[in-house]
Amino acid sequence: MLRFIARRFVSMIFVLFSISVLSFLIFFATPGVDPAARIAGRNADQQTLKAVRHDFGLDRPLPVRYALMMKKLFITRDLTSYVNRGAKVIPQVTQAAPVTLSLVFGAAVIWVIASIAMGMLAGVFRGTAIDTTVMIVGLIGISMPVFWLGEVVNLITQSRLHGSVFSWVPPLGYVPFTHSPWGWFKALLFPWLTLSILYIGIYARVLRSAIVEAQEEDYVRTARAKGLTERRVLFRHALRTSLIGFVSLFGLDFGALVGGGALLTEVVFGLHGVGKLTFDSLQNLDLPVILATVMYAAFFVVVANAVVDLVYAWLDPRVRRA
Amino acid sequence: MSGAIVDEVLAPAGGDLAIAAAGPWQLARRRLLRNRVALVMAGLLAVIVALCLGAPLYAHHIAHTDPFRSNLDGTTIANGKRVPVMVQSTQGLGLGVTPIGPTWDVHHYFLGADGQGRDVAARLLYGGRNSLLIGTSAALITCFLAVLVGVVAGFFGGLVDGILSRLLDVVWAFPVYLLAISLSTVLIARGFSLGPLHLTSGSLLLPITIIGLVYIPYVARPIRGEVLSLRRREFVEAAIGLGASNWRLLWSDILPNVVTTAIVLFPLMLAIDMLTEAALSFLSIGVQEPKASWGSIILDGQDLLYTRPAVALAPGIAIALTVLALNVLGDGIRDALDPRAKLRKTKDD
Repeated sequence: MLRFIARRFVSMIFVLFSISVLSFLIFFATPGVDPAARIAGRNADQQTLKAVRHDFGLDRPLPVRYALMMKKLFITRDLTSYVNRGAKVIPQVTQAAPVTLSLVFGAAVIWVIASIAMGMLAGVFRGTAIDTTVMIVGLIGISMPVFWLGEVVNLITQSRLHGSVFSWVPPLGYVPFTHSPWGWFKALLFPWLTLSILYIGIYARVLRSAIVEAQEEDYVRTARAKGLTERRVLFRHALRTSLIGFVSLFGLDFGALVGGGALLTEVVFGLHGVGKLTFDSLQNLDLPVILATVMYAAFFVVVANAVVDLVYAWLDPRVRRA
Repeated sequence: MSGAIVDEVLAPAGGDLAIAAAGPWQLARRRLLRNRVALVMAGLLAVIVALCLGAPLYAHHIAHTDPFRSNLDGTTIANGKRVPVMVQSTQGLGLGVTPIGPTWDVHHYFLGADGQGRDVAARLLYGGRNSLLIGTSAALITCFLAVLVGVVAGFFGGLVDGILSRLLDVVWAFPVYLLAISLSTVLIARGFSLGPLHLTSGSLLLPITIIGLVYIPYVARPIRGEVLSLRRREFVEAAIGLGASNWRLLWSDILPNVVTTAIVLFPLMLAIDMLTEAALSFLSIGVQEPKASWGSIILDGQDLLYTRPAVALAPGIAIALTVLALNVLGDGIRDALDPRAKLRKTKDD
């Protein structure tokens, strides 16, 4: 097991390194993209461009620039923005992180509970009208663009029914938990629901098919033959093994969402999280901020991947030798 | 003499020759034709595609409008009266204009106008063409390249597999939307030129290529895993034993088996691609003005959300219906061809 952990750790570092190189290349070495032109403004003359290039170290060879960038990002932690001169990048990310974490955490609670309920309902009543209905509802959830769903939710809660049923919904934006827990909850309830709809659909379907598969397994038949109650067979035997795939999928999706995958939800609901920060910095091509957020995102995804693998290896010894 | 032996061998199967003769493709087709929900969805999809392909017909011959030119001073007919397309606001100070809402008359602004006085219904159909075109092309690129990468990595193993798998890992570890957004922002700001290839920022090839590339690991990973297990199967070992060349093994033993997976994953991939295209266009880094796509129309409708919600609602409904149809159809095809195929497998087994 220790060897497996060590190997996994090395590959994690390797992937993180490759991502940093890849994103560095996307933003700094794509043909036709000149950060200096961005920084200097639209109609800058050659002199200014040259000065800017020198100021930001853009006239040095690529590997040197990469090393400098990484040093500023991880070691001295004083990377500054290109657009707002002097603004430090890392505090921006640490400020945005709680917003994203609040959003994703709440949505995850909703989607896990709802999808387990729906998946089990459909799995137990498979082949009946309940099964079909639940699965169609899930499919509809998967098929809607999340940003559009967010707009529809806004249309209802902020405009059409704001005068009556939804008068308690605060205006779009984030309220820190430390500031007012109830305000935090009210501000995030609809973003949570919107973000979770897609995942409820996916996870309910995954769980249903796992439960249906498990019903055919020998150990479930054995459990039945032992005379266990149907409820015990379902919860203790079928559901438990069905959750393995569910958990691994959850790790990956949670990592991706915390890493900025919730961007569209953040944009539609005016939440200034990491995704929104990335998007805003992409709009004005603020490369240091982009690089910082991408690295932050990659970190969560890669760690989530590694955790999933470790859990797998812990559950199933065969994986360790693979 | 030899003819007699053949007759004898075939004789027992003579009774139900029809069943014995049905190949895997025929069986799959029969299974799919029995799935009524999938057929209904295929029909819905066909209707949507036909409507979108008919966009120029609708714009020129029914609505008589140019959905790519702003029409702020134009007039149209609603309830039998001639009215301006952009209505002076009656609320507040009376400043600003609001586009006309849905008239529900196919000849005159069926779904109303957008912020530039353009016919939303006509733009919806044209936008659908682009959304479907981008989705289909990107899904084709993904499936083609993923089969190539997956088969090469799985078949040759060793160093080739090591490099390709690491590459897939890196792309996989990137949150896919962030990767697509990063690439789009950088490329759409300036266009892309590499040697003789030059893409302007308005080119549809940019979103097609970007979306096509970022999803390769989703399909390549399961295919690589499948090739790995196929290599150990008896019929492949038999072929190796008979002295078949690598090329022959790939072409007639491996490829026919993994193509099924690619076909099964194609509609599901298309659904994901269409959602991605919508997201990119909504963030204004996908299809560029004056071209339209369903995502870009939702963006157009964002400012009008509370006054003229139809502009944003209609394309969203169109996307949801199309993607729903694709998902149901994709499930049907999977059940018919290969019930175990899964998109975005987390393990290679």
